[in-house]
Amino acid sequence: MNSAEILIIDDEVQIRKLLEITLQSNGYKVNEAGTAKDGLITSANHPPDLIILDLGLPDESGHEVLRKLREWYSKPVIILSVQSNEEDIVKALDNGANDYLVKPFRTGELLARIRSALREAAKEENDPVINCNDLQIDLSLRTVKKNNDLIKLTATEYSLLALLAKNKGKVLTHQYLLREVWGPGYVSQSQYLRVFIAQLRKKIETDPNTPEFILTESGVGYRFVARE
Amino acid sequence: MATWISYKANKTQQYLISILLIAVVAAICFSLSQYIGYHVVALLLLVTVSFIAMFFDILPVLLAAFLSALIWNVFFIPPRFSLSVGTTEDALFLAMYFVIASVNAALTFKIRQIEKKEVKKEQKENTLKLYNTLLNSLSHELRTPISTIIGATDNLIADATKLSDENKEELLTEISKASFRLNRQVENLLNMSRIESGFLQLKKDWVDVNELLYDVVKRLKEQTQHHPVSILVKENLPLFKLDFGLMEHVLYNLIYNATIYIPKYSVITVKASCINEKLVINVEDTGNGFPEDETEKVFDKFYRLKNSKTGGTGLGLSIVKGFVEAHDGTVRLENIPEGGAKFTIEIPAEISCLSSLKNE
Repeated sequence: MNSAEILIIDDEVQIRKLLEITLQSNGYKVNEAGTAKDGLITSANHPPDLIILDLGLPDESGHEVLRKLREWYSKPVIILSVQSNEEDIVKALDNGANDYLVKPFRTGELLARIRSALREAAKEENDPVINCNDLQIDLSLRTVKKNNDLIKLTATEYSLLALLAKNKGKVLTHQYLLREVWGPGYVSQSQYLRVFIAQLRKKIETDPNTPEFILTESGVGYRFVARE
Repeated sequence: MATWISYKANKTQQYLISILLIAVVAAICFSLSQYIGYHVVALLLLVTVSFIAMFFDILPVLLAAFLSALIWNVFFIPPRFSLSVGTTEDALFLAMYFVIASVNAALTFKIRQIEKKEVKKEQKENTLKLYNTLLNSLSHELRTPISTIIGATDNLIADATKLSDENKEELLTEISKASFRLNRQVENLLNMSRIESGFLQLKKDWVDVNELLYDVVKRLKEQTQHHPVSILVKENLPLFKLDFGLMEHVLYNLIYNATIYIPKYSVITVKASCINEKLVINVEDTGNGFPEDETEKVFDKFYRLKNSKTGGTGLGLSIVKGFVEAHDGTVRLENIPEGGAKFTIEIPAEISCLSSLKNE
């Protein structure tokens, strides 16, 4: 599994070096590109299993690179950027990025995100049952169990949880969640999302205040995670 | 532009007040002209002009001098109610009166100008002093971690065999600590420049304050390992429309600040409630509190407590103030009588009640 190939598109030599050492010592094969043009050519000639993309490239914006990549490339793209403003992050996620990390980042965190993205990409889509620790979500029966006890969820709560769980490990933006669960007319009604996330946490989390399943991505969205 | 308008309005007022004062004094003298001689009137008018010269610009004062000379001539010097002057002595008197009044005005004006220059110079010196302290503390705050990183890596690169494993481990820990310190300072500087730029745009959205507080405390897990943090959120607290990112910085800085200054195992309590449609957040600790005379200054940019030992740029709390004020809110600090400090944030914000949304 760890022999996956990763392409790094970043103009900073130091960052590329750091990533190369980090990834290689964890068993990944690494390819590098220092410009947007180079990155697009390399990824087309030799499609990697995952791309780490910097947003601030010298010749073209990373957003543009992501958009071009997503015309044909469906494997995970993780954004690595010094831009910590939410707008940029939301834009990248809406353009099809699987995940993002803001520089400076912890290598442990990066490796965890890479593992999670690769695992989800390799997953067979046929299993209707999602198991996370003591939580079990059955998409065919539309039931949720915790420690084998059935949890009563409203229809909206269930749709929200199912959507998050189906995208395990991935950040889903507020707008995306509102559009998918409530409909296009509710994109700006984020108060619904806040209330239902709070209710869901009360029902599925052991301690709703320190959630282990539904994590808050400040100002961006929510992420469903499972302990590794 | 605004200063120019107010300056001009002031000038008109100065003319009006000068004319009015001379007229009033002249009228009083006129009604008393049976009892006082017209030479005394000249002195009284001269005193009035001198008085005006102490506060007003040169032109209104000169106007007062000219006007008073004219009034004295017409209403007091015999023959009265005419411009003509009866005796040579009075003519000389009138001329001297006008000269003395004018010289008086000019001298007072000159003195005031010199004073103004002095004040300006002093202000410039103070700004320079502040700038130097700022630069000193900033370069100290940035260079210390950089020195640590360079020095430690030099050691590790130069001759790794001379270093014991334990030493290597220590150097690596120091590099890591220094990097985080550097990162924190850079973040503060970036946030400060966001506030200073004047282009701080709020991205307001509905915020679950409970979620916000726990999120911040989670991010401060390492720093708060010796300081228990308890969060008390009023039940059924509504949602508030706030900028989540900025509020995160506000609370992060307040709690982080507390962990630096209070003794180990002092408790930090964060409370949130809704009072008069305002979000009220308290961050309290059981530390030693602040010196009473410094509780207002701590929010000033680059201000450091007088006996402060720990590192810092004095930016953390001014960022708190900047971000809270960007929300049209207020922040204040007071000492708790039983010991410890209490920060109170009040933010007027749009409210959405949770209960009304629960029905599907």
